[in-house]
Amino acid sequence: MIDILLIALAMTLLYMSIANRLHTYLRILVFQGFILFGATYLTLTNVNTVNLLLIMLETIVFKSIAVPWFMSYIIKRNKISRAAEPYLPYFVSLLIVTIIIVLAIILSSSIKDANLDKTYFVVALSTMFTGLYLIVSRKKIITHVIGYLVIENGVFVLSLAVGNEMPMLVNLGIMLDIFASVLILGIFFNKIGDVIKNPDVDLLNNLRD
Amino acid sequence: MIIVAFLTGVLLICGSLIFNRNKFINYLLVALFGTMLLGFGAYQYNNINTIQLSFFKPDSLGILLLLALCFISIPILFHSYRYIEKFNPDETPRSRGLFFAAMVLLISACGVAYLSNHIAVTWIFVELTTLSASVLIYHHRNIRALEGVWKYVFICAISITFIYVGILFLSLSLKQAGIDDMSFDSIRANYDKLNLFWLKLSFLFIFTGFTAKLGLVPMFTAGVDAKDKAPAPAGALLASILMNLGFVGIYRVYAIMTHTPLHTWANTVIIIAALLSVFVSAVYMTRIRNIKRMFAYSGIEHMGLVMLGLAAGGVGVYAAILHIILHTLVKPALFLQYNQIYWVYQSKSIYDVGNYFKYNKTGAIVILLAFISATAMPPSGLFVSEFLIFQSLFQSHYILILVTVLILLTLIIWGFGSNVFKLLFSPSPKTMDKSAIPEISPWESFSQYVLLAAAVYMAYNPPQRFVELIQDAVKLIQ
Repeated sequence: MIDILLIALAMTLLYMSIANRLHTYLRILVFQGFILFGATYLTLTNVNTVNLLLIMLETIVFKSIAVPWFMSYIIKRNKISRAAEPYLPYFVSLLIVTIIIVLAIILSSSIKDANLDKTYFVVALSTMFTGLYLIVSRKKIITHVIGYLVIENGVFVLSLAVGNEMPMLVNLGIMLDIFASVLILGIFFNKIGDVIKNPDVDLLNNLRD
Repeated sequence: MIIVAFLTGVLLICGSLIFNRNKFINYLLVALFGTMLLGFGAYQYNNINTIQLSFFKPDSLGILLLLALCFISIPILFHSYRYIEKFNPDETPRSRGLFFAAMVLLISACGVAYLSNHIAVTWIFVELTTLSASVLIYHHRNIRALEGVWKYVFICAISITFIYVGILFLSLSLKQAGIDDMSFDSIRANYDKLNLFWLKLSFLFIFTGFTAKLGLVPMFTAGVDAKDKAPAPAGALLASILMNLGFVGIYRVYAIMTHTPLHTWANTVIIIAALLSVFVSAVYMTRIRNIKRMFAYSGIEHMGLVMLGLAAGGVGVYAAILHIILHTLVKPALFLQYNQIYWVYQSKSIYDVGNYFKYNKTGAIVILLAFISATAMPPSGLFVSEFLIFQSLFQSHYILILVTVLILLTLIIWGFGSNVFKLLFSPSPKTMDKSAIPEISPWESFSQYVLLAAAVYMAYNPPQRFVELIQDAVKLIQ
């Protein structure tokens, strides 16, 4: 069951690479939040109940409700145009994400460590690198934020892999999630919306030498 | 216990600074914080190597950097007061409170993070520094400041994610050995049981993550923009104590690596990053026209040298720690002096300045001395540490690297020098409004003289205790 969830997560990455509208990205983020919710429940069997509830609450409330809702609110309020505006054609994006996943599989097959479930490792690594790829290949600032959230989802999967032995690390991951998202979204995106009407990275490249 | 008391005090002061609108009470609170910080430093110095709250242990390196932080925080807080008070009439009570609260939080987060003996705790305080630094960078609330803060926050968010991934890999490396305790001491004690593959990955991620704070390739860019856009006293903090935080993080993880067979590999990684940093700094220093960014790039060069000393080993490690402490004293002097330049010329471009000796003699001498110090020409204190770093590079047979670095350093000195001499000696531009130049009291430069003199004193006549502390910190390696 857990394998199915993780593979579904990897498939959302492929979908994300060809998605065109910003709202599609948000829906994928919501879906990923639900997948992580299920994965947490299935993986963290040795963690005490209160902690498990806290972690699951974070995945559902924060990852799949609050953040996507807030982002769609920002998109509406700042009247950001709905297309993602990639630098590369979608077919190339799809190809690159596929290559990322294949490379993650090859890398993980070279590891000889019985302690690690490799599915987690492959999915986590490919999610993180897809997030990085989204950041460099899309024009809008809001897609950069989406890319960052995808990276965080990947990191969360990785933290689940060690979660049973060291639940403290999963809690730290949640702290990272909340802290970084609140910092990036809460304070600054609001401000960016106030100062610049259509947040495009092109407007933020005056600081240079 | 004392750490909890200190942090509670800091949070209370921050809260009151934000909510209180009375100017006098605000400054009283900042002064109270200064006293508290000095008390905290003295207490930790007297309780060296005691474990506190099970996560903190003030070891020699932590104490050295904490004392340096206490020493430079007082002049920086004073200059922040001057900055807010004298030449910024449109400061509101709210922005003033927020500025000082962020500054207090940044200083204390760095100070406590130095003492942390647990990688996760260090990481939490690194997050706190990102939060407080972003408030400082956005102080002026214009679009350029917004751009600076956006880039800083985004890159720092990615960097702390990297560190977190590194911590996860480190825990995988420990898992095989069956160790639960992730404190630095425990990892160092069990170094022979670690899984090397995971340790390697972990080091890569943690190192890359901390480069955002330390100011090395690949994540140096955010720091440069931040130091440019933040008010100069805040820039002085970002260029000294925040960089030291990155150094502490890397040093402690590197100390684990040196006990394992991965020592040479880690050295290679560090040397590549360090050499690229010096190179990047050389490229920008020769063509840069923004005075504040020039200071920031000079910091990147010094961090590159520190890392080279660390990787060369032997006397290089001693030199690296000495260098970073002397740099902590010298760099704030440059940044604190910057405001006076801006008050005279109302511009940070090198094209709009000149003949500084005529308008502000004391300040011009500070700039000249600070330039000599920052480029490590004798009698600068940094000369001693830089010389030792070169010696260690020579002894470990990195001749080619040494030659490359020396050539790059020559370029840097040339670029730095031509800009500073343009500021000091060339005729002032005709477009300059000479009637608007304010009278600047020589006392405004007093603390900079003290900082520069302290750097010279610490290098040429170091107190016995200071040398012992550095030697003790070096023992973490090998």
